Amino acid sequence: MTARIQVTPNPKRGDVIEIRIAIQHPMETGFRLDDGGRAIPKNVVNKLVCRYNNVEIFRAEMGSGIAANPFLDFFTVAEASGELVFDWIDDQGQTGSERVALTVTG
Amino acid sequence: MLKNIYRRGFLAQLLAVCAWPFAPARGADVGSESVEAMVRKVTGGAKVETGRVKLELPVLADNGNSVSLKVNVDSPMTPANYVKSIHIYAARNPRPNVANFYLGPRAGRAQLSTRVRLGGSQRVLALVALSDGTFWSATADVVVTLSACYDAT
Repeated sequence: MTARIQVTPNPKRGDVIEIRIAIQHPMETGFRLDDGGRAIPKNVVNKLVCRYNNVEIFRAEMGSGIAANPFLDFFTVAEASGELVFDWIDDQGQTGSERVALTVTG
Repeated sequence: MLKNIYRRGFLAQLLAVCAWPFAPARGADVGSESVEAMVRKVTGGAKVETGRVKLELPVLADNGNSVSLKVNVDSPMTPANYVKSIHIYAARNPRPNVANFYLGPRAGRAQLSTRVRLGGSQRVLALVALSDGTFWSATADVVVTLSACYDAT
């Protein structure tokens, strides 16, 4: 599973920065049928965690009510240079992980 | 040959759609709990006040499969006073609890955007839990032209 992540570039210490993440995932609801009339099993990204230098800053629990290719836009305070790590998992147990380096000035 | 297979698939789907009202609900989690009960589970019966929360959704959504949603909470987001969690409910969805988001004092700004699915025109509810133990909510009415979830395509 791939994801696109955008973080406000070159923040100063104390700035509020915006984090946007879009994960490529069908977010299958479990209500759709395939060509044979069989139900396609539910499979959604049900959990996403964002850690900033190993401290959890954001967590999302999602269901079939989130659109395909889930997109999230949230904020955090730039405190120190380091790394943002995103981890997520879907109903089939498939996990995804992405990391973004962050350089904080000032 | 190809045409036959296609037709068979179509007929099977048609049958399945017709049988839909009689079929057992797919997934045990569907339609088993009301939004009120879900809210009570979060609040523990505490009073939910209106205000301080802004829920932004389009008034008219052409396609229920992807509707932009934005929640903004009036909170200083300091270690002493911050937003703990944001819960989104859409009562007419087969699974009304759309999502739960957990923030903390390090968020800096109590704002969140995402894209949701809506199974029909309805009033969407955002429930916010603050660190001081109070609960706040906001609603937004959305008219959905093409609803998600129920098209068996």
